[in-house]
Amino acid sequence: MTVRNSSATAGETRKHIVSALVENKAGVLARVAGLFSARGFNIDSLAVGETEDPAFSRMTIVVAGDEATLEQVRKQLQKLINVVKVQDFSGTPAVERDLALVRVNAPPAKRGPILELVQIFRARIVDVGASDMIVEIVGSEDKVQALLDLLAPHGILEVARTGRVAMARSQRE
Amino acid sequence: MSKKGTDILIEALLEQGVEVIFGIPGGAVIPLFDRLYDAPLRMILVRHEQGAGHMADGYARASGRVGVCLTTSGPGATNLVTALATAYMDSVPVVAITGQVRTDLIGNDAFQEADITGITRPVTKHNYLVRDVRELARTVKEAFHIAATGSPGPVLIDLPTDVQAGEVTGKVDKEMKLPGYKPVLKGHAGQIKRAAEAINKAERPVIYAGGGVIISGAARELAQLARKASVPVTTTLMGLGCFPEDDPLALRMLGMHGTVYANYAVTECDLLIAIGARFDDRVTGKLDAFAPHARIVHIDVSPVSIGKSVPADIPVVGDARQVLAELVELVEPSDRKEWLVQIAEWKERHPLAYDRASDLVKPQYVVEQIHEVTDGRAIIATDVGQNQMWAAQYYTYREPRSFLSSGGLGTMGYGLPAAIGAQFACPDRTVFLVAGDGSLQMNIQELATAVVNKLPIKIALLDNGYLGMVRQWQELFFNRRYSSTYLRDGNPNFVKVAEAYGAVGICVERRDGVRPALEAAMKVKDRPALIDFRVDPEENVFPMVPAGQAIDRMLSGMA
Repeated sequence: MTVRNSSATAGETRKHIVSALVENKAGVLARVAGLFSARGFNIDSLAVGETEDPAFSRMTIVVAGDEATLEQVRKQLQKLINVVKVQDFSGTPAVERDLALVRVNAPPAKRGPILELVQIFRARIVDVGASDMIVEIVGSEDKVQALLDLLAPHGILEVARTGRVAMARSQRE
Repeated sequence: MSKKGTDILIEALLEQGVEVIFGIPGGAVIPLFDRLYDAPLRMILVRHEQGAGHMADGYARASGRVGVCLTTSGPGATNLVTALATAYMDSVPVVAITGQVRTDLIGNDAFQEADITGITRPVTKHNYLVRDVRELARTVKEAFHIAATGSPGPVLIDLPTDVQAGEVTGKVDKEMKLPGYKPVLKGHAGQIKRAAEAINKAERPVIYAGGGVIISGAARELAQLARKASVPVTTTLMGLGCFPEDDPLALRMLGMHGTVYANYAVTECDLLIAIGARFDDRVTGKLDAFAPHARIVHIDVSPVSIGKSVPADIPVVGDARQVLAELVELVEPSDRKEWLVQIAEWKERHPLAYDRASDLVKPQYVVEQIHEVTDGRAIIATDVGQNQMWAAQYYTYREPRSFLSSGGLGTMGYGLPAAIGAQFACPDRTVFLVAGDGSLQMNIQELATAVVNKLPIKIALLDNGYLGMVRQWQELFFNRRYSSTYLRDGNPNFVKVAEAYGAVGICVERRDGVRPALEAAMKVKDRPALIDFRVDPEENVFPMVPAGQAIDRMLSGMA
């Protein structure tokens, strides 16, 4: 006898990185976002930008959910007329990057340790004021988070993050 | 030479073969209606925009062609929303055109402005706000293509007044640009082979056929498959007519108000072949008790439908007709004697039943008599509720596109406008509406549209003085506390209402009046005829699977 889950939402919840190639047109973002919100999914991050062909954009969406429900969302995305291609990077080798701008409390006397952290993380100082500075960090989500954790004791005043962008790794052979 | 937006629109509609448009004018579409005044297509003035939407829907379901409706901006557009949602849930090809305020006023809360592309995004297959008149021809072409292909659905085109008035000089570009839209029609050969092997190995297979069989025009291929491999066929509400119900292999409808034998067969089967159906909760009841012993083959043009509520063992994405044509070749002839004997026994023991000896007008009897006077050849439109279920159970459907009903959304008020749309699509057919007194009043104003156009639709009003299906649930599950379901005191004299509009009105209060009234209505050829059947007010729809229960746990009124 086959046993079925009575609910499609059963199963393990994990993070998925969904990449969608879409037509670069008004209203497409609303259509994509609507699919997630209609099913009660919160989008962790969403990054959109033009591709090499300005007629198309790529959306990188990070969302948590169980496999069965995410499978439905992927199919629903594919069903949208303006969506050309959908890929799920979870489980496939991909390069993932996140960029953050961090305004950190930095009076002149206390800049030393911050500069040291910036160097170790290969981050950059992109602006300096009388009592604070802006640090730019690019990397995987973990790396960005690690720097944020270490900067926290100094006093983080403001953070702006792009959300993740991703691309499948190239074939080696 | 230059062309105006309104000219481009009408040319594009004619190019798509549009013959009829249902709608109402308003401030944002006056120039367009001026152009329609002498255009070579029929513009049917309705009385409420919801009616226009359902007429386009009824026209499409009855004919298989795209139905078209046209309204003004703002309230004209928002009044279409329920009709679009209805068409969306049942995959009906409809193109809705709405006027919009001038592009430079959009977003300004202008008079009669509504963000209709935003509002209808979740209830349309796709929609467009045309901002440039040079995009118009292409947009119309794309809209019809999207509406009619793959898993069909409604598409809305929002047209600002300045785009309607805008001019294009030179050649109009109308090449479609749909890089993201490629419906898969041809099924995967390996999957079809696996499905055929599963059928050949099965001892107790059942076909569960839905509206997709009708949409893809696969009735013939379905019958070939069922007969060659001796597989009994049950249909969903939307699938009624895709397989002749008088065939020995027919199990009629399954699910909440399905036949006992269809539900038993699904529960006992070892292979369920779902074709163009989506395992709706009204079909499956309690999911883990649905077809519990079966492997599942699921054939559907929409990958989204497959695996949504029930995982498929053998999924086949493709058009039902193409897939079935290939499948028929691969299945082996079989007589499956034991299984068919079992099914015949269930049919014998558990037929659809009601109190045939009663002197009261039983709604089931009315539907059976409609079947007789129309020789089973009518197009039946229904409203939603008990009337819909009795129409589904007691008429014997033999042809696709002969049953028009709001299945997914369950829209009360659908029936009358849908019947009107169907009569426009099929002027030579008898169109019968089976309505309830609650539902009919939700779009009763469209009697005017039917009268003005001399449509001989027949309206069988199963008038029980209640919102009957809710009353039935209250009777069975809420201690007969009839909260807000009693209509009788406020109901109008429906015969006088019909007459006031210029239709024929007949009232029937006794069983022996049913047949003569139906025969009288059949003789009316130049206007609608409404028969107010004062049916047994507390008659219930049985069998019934209580919500969330296993489908073989049916309540029966006759036990």
